[in-house]
Parts: sequence; C-alpha cells; structure tokens
Amino acid sequence: MTAIIAISLILVAAGGTAVVLTYDPERQAVTLSALGVLLTILFVALQAPDVALSELGVGAAVVPLMIMLTVRKLRRPK
Amino acid sequence: MTRTARCVLFLVAAAVVAGFFVAAAMHMPPFGGSFHPYRDHSVLAALRHATANAVSSVNFDQRGLDTLIEESILLGSILGSVTLLRPQPDEEERQIPDSGTILPSTKLVGYLVLPLTLVVGIDLVVHGHLTPGGGFQGGVILATGIHLLYVAGSFRAVEGIRPLTPYRLAEAFAGAAFACLGVATLIAGGGFLADTIDRGTFAQLFSGGTVPILNGIVGVAVASGLVVLFASFLDQEILVRREDRKNSDKGTARS
Repeated sequence: MTAIIAISLILVAAGGTAVVLTYDPERQAVTLSALGVLLTILFVALQAPDVALSELGVGAAVVPLMIMLTVRKLRRPK
Repeated sequence: MTRTARCVLFLVAAAVVAGFFVAAAMHMPPFGGSFHPYRDHSVLAALRHATANAVSSVNFDQRGLDTLIEESILLGSILGSVTLLRPQPDEEERQIPDSGTILPSTKLVGYLVLPLTLVVGIDLVVHGHLTPGGGFQGGVILATGIHLLYVAGSFRAVEGIRPLTPYRLAEAFAGAAFACLGVATLIAGGGFLADTIDRGTFAQLFSGGTVPILNGIVGVAVASGLVVLFASFLDQEILVRREDRKNSDKGTARS
C-alpha cells in the first residue's frame, strides 16, 4: 500500500509540474484533466473514495471543460 | 506596484505562511499512523446516528451548517457566472444548423455511456448515506452525463432535454429546501439541521435520518445548478455572436 501511495504521489507531482509547464491554456485544460485523474488515484490510494469521486467529477471534467469553452470563446476571431 | 515590490511582498507573506504552516504541521498526527482523534469521534457519532457512510454523516449531519454554506456559495457563483455570461446588448443568439460530423465511434461510446452515467449518478445520490458518494458527487456526474449527448449527438439534442426554466427553479427550490429543513428540525426541537427524525436501521436504504433527504436535495441542487452553468457557457460558445462589425472595436475592449 505504501508503494502505491508513493507512486501516486510522484505521479501527482509530475502531473502538477506538467500543468504548470503547459503554456497554451487550451492544452493546459487537457493536462489539468489528466492531473484530476492522477489525484483521483491518489485519493483512492489514501482511502478517501468520497473525495476521489468529487475530484473525478470536478477536477477531471467540469473545470477543464469550462476552461476549454472560455478559451475557445476568447480566441474566436470577432 | 513594481515587479520588485510585488516579489518582496510575496516573499514576506510566503515566509509568514510557511512558518505557521510548519508550526501547525509539527503538531499533526504522523502520516499513515493509527492515531486519528477526529476519526474516532466522527465515526462513533456516525454509528450512533445509523449512517453507514461516515463522510456523509460528517457532511450532512455533524457539519450540516458547513454544507449549507457551501451550497450557498455554489448557488452564488452559478448566479454570478450566469449573470456575466448572459448575451450583451450588442450580441445576439443565432440559430445554428446542426453541422460538423461526429465519428461513429464517438457516437457509439457516447450513447452507450450516457444511460450508464445517469444511473451511476442517481445511484450515488440515493445511496450517498450508505456507500461512498452523495448529493454533490452524484449531482456533478448527472450534470456532466447529460452533456455526453452534446459529445455524441448534437447541441440541439442537448437543448431538447434541458429546457432551462425547470433547472433554474429546481436549483433555487433545492437551495431553499435545505435551509427550510434546517428550520424544521429547529422547530422540532433538535437544533438547526439536527438529525431529529427516525433514524431507521443501520445500513438500510431508509436510515440515517435527515442525511439521505439532504443528499437528495443537494443532488438536485448541484445537478440543476451545473446544467444551468454549462448551458450559459455552451450558449456563449455556440449560439452567441456579436451583431455587426461596426461595434466590434468597441466590443473587443470588453472581451
């Protein structure tokens, strides 16, 4: 179990770094979604399924979708 | 404020926060240990109140007021976003023909997963007091699930299943119902949002007193609130266009 927690912690750190290093907001929405999935795995490993479900819904789906829609709206030529 | 001043301000503030954070973390129970004073108290309280999911018991029974405030924050932020995203005087909603092609595989997966997602969402809300999940998680999954129809089908299909007025009303009434239930338990003599009604048998569908009721209320509130939120984002993305190009330089400054 400790190994799973350690691996998921490292994956979350790598995922968070990837989000920060993604410059283009449209691509950042995708890496943010991936980070949401990694955090979900970490929360499951830490025996917090309730939080994992929230993270899966909000972090991996809702927030990236809203960022994507906002960026697309702002980018559109007038 | 210059860049240097901002950096100095940030570093000073960060140092103070870091100091207090470390000082606070020093007194925490060690990671992965078996000493959990908060867990011991809350799980015992959950068992006493016949709520199998201790997390739901904390959210809706032991800390019901916090959840009511969270629910109000969600309501307020959705209200703010919808107000900001409504079409401006120089924008108009256009009717779009269904255009673009969707990959058959995307369509298939979408239509297969759509009913599954809705069932999972309802299950999470209904069994929130027994198994992991609850009103918030179930509501989020229901709201996103409905929008699989946009991925698999078309925007028109989504518009067909979400006439917005019922969702707006549901969001408002669910928020009010939460507060009203709190007042009702207060009148019944237990205190605001106290678990006063019959608690039933542990781990049965009808158990946990007010927890499953509040789960349902929050499920409706979150699902309808997010549908309204997504609707205003999607409408801005798909339907709303500026009326003419004469106003466009005036409009760019604002957008």
